[in-house]
Amino acid sequence: MQKYSIFNLVKNAFSNHENWDLAWKDPTPKEEYDVVIIGGGGHGLATAYYLAKEHNITNVAIIEKGWIGGGNVGRNTTIIRSNYMHDENGLFSEFGMDLWRKMSQDLNYNVMFSPRGIINLAHSDAQMNAYARRGNSMRLNGIDAVLLNREQVKEIIPMADFSENVRFPIFGGLMQPSAGTARHDAVAWGYARQADSMGVDIIQNCEVIGFDVSAGKINGIRTSRGNIKAKKVGLCVAGSTNILAEKLNMTLPIETHLLQACVSEPIKPVLDNVVTFGAGHFYVSQSDKGEMVMGGDLDGYNSYAQRGNLPTLQHVLTEGIAMMPFLSKLKMLRTWGGIMDMSMDGSPIIDKTHIDGLYLNCGWCYGGFKATPASGWTFAHTIAQDRVHELNAGYSLNRFNTGHLIDEKGLGTKTWIS
Amino acid sequence: MLYINCPHCGMRSQNEFSYGGDASVKRPELNKEVSDQEWDNFVYNRKSLRGKHLELWQHISGCRQWIKVERDTATHEIFRTFKADEEVA
Repeated sequence: MQKYSIFNLVKNAFSNHENWDLAWKDPTPKEEYDVVIIGGGGHGLATAYYLAKEHNITNVAIIEKGWIGGGNVGRNTTIIRSNYMHDENGLFSEFGMDLWRKMSQDLNYNVMFSPRGIINLAHSDAQMNAYARRGNSMRLNGIDAVLLNREQVKEIIPMADFSENVRFPIFGGLMQPSAGTARHDAVAWGYARQADSMGVDIIQNCEVIGFDVSAGKINGIRTSRGNIKAKKVGLCVAGSTNILAEKLNMTLPIETHLLQACVSEPIKPVLDNVVTFGAGHFYVSQSDKGEMVMGGDLDGYNSYAQRGNLPTLQHVLTEGIAMMPFLSKLKMLRTWGGIMDMSMDGSPIIDKTHIDGLYLNCGWCYGGFKATPASGWTFAHTIAQDRVHELNAGYSLNRFNTGHLIDEKGLGTKTWIS
Repeated sequence: MLYINCPHCGMRSQNEFSYGGDASVKRPELNKEVSDQEWDNFVYNRKSLRGKHLELWQHISGCRQWIKVERDTATHEIFRTFKADEEVA
């Protein structure tokens, strides 16, 4: 594989950049693979990469219905954080933060990881107490957390509404300085390029239409481009999980919902951090191009449409304007939507299933992007070793049966309000 | 904007309603032994169909009644609406 470096950049400049190698190939599916990963999104690509890199399993195919990186990894708001209270989520995400920090070097691809810090605003004394508790839990797990008072928040984000007579005054906030953002497409492309170079077949425009299961064991998959035999199959299909589960006669604790995001026109640098509104659900950061990247609530009803509806967008942006009034002056550039695999406790599932050789990776709700490296790493381990790693042991499928839920927000099973 | 035909009030905008999830889920009968698996299916497991989906909505800013709505989860088209206690054929 051609290494991306300043020397190669200069060298290729002499030939007008027309002679770069393709970043990944377009192979015809083989008859049989050791492992087939369904879903060429961030998690699927990362899983294939870590299967090859950490477990030396390279006879692997990624089967993607559309094109790689065309789903949620290309539709998110690029926020990376590990500010969780529960041990399972905190330790898993912090492991991922380490992978993020070295990802650009590891993949030889600039993913533009920018640890600019995230601030969750608090709007009451009770919320400050809750944040103090969450911050302490984070620090016990080795995650950086700083509780900020009103004056400290004002110093960092003076453009927020600090006037006296607002409905939700800013009391302070919880900051994770090491959190940040990354270039989401580069994450997908970087993993794809490396996985391809190690022998993984990336097969696009290939839809899975069925599974070949006999005597409780998976033997392969049926696709729009023919049957493919496989010793092991991993599902990494986010919002399409229920559709494939139905073909396997499985009913999962997952509902598919629609989440929108939007960006404003680009403006000069104004916001250095990721900031979330604490009295509702709104988050904002500024991209390197200057656009304000914003998002918030789900549309609130089951949906497989990758496009949203205006009432929710209006509701979310009303919160944004309450938090930072200057946003009302900006023109909207783009809005888009993605479909989320909302689990019943808000936490993901990375586990084996009752079918031998079939592995499940789903339930990311809207926190899937930041989990990309840790999800791929632990899912690769689970597939290669046929047992869960301690990092994803809590993300079991049967926790809903045994009552070991990981309900970070305490919202219960109303997935559409979480 | 979705428009939902409330069987009690007529056509209203989605802003007047709140969502209540899959309407095909049935609480287990309590006059017999209920297995963990049955509780699991009632509380957590969902088909989350792509296509026609029967779901509960509440006309929260209207008559406050719960209703059933048959809606397509891929196109958002609404086909039929029912009163909460109406049987859906």
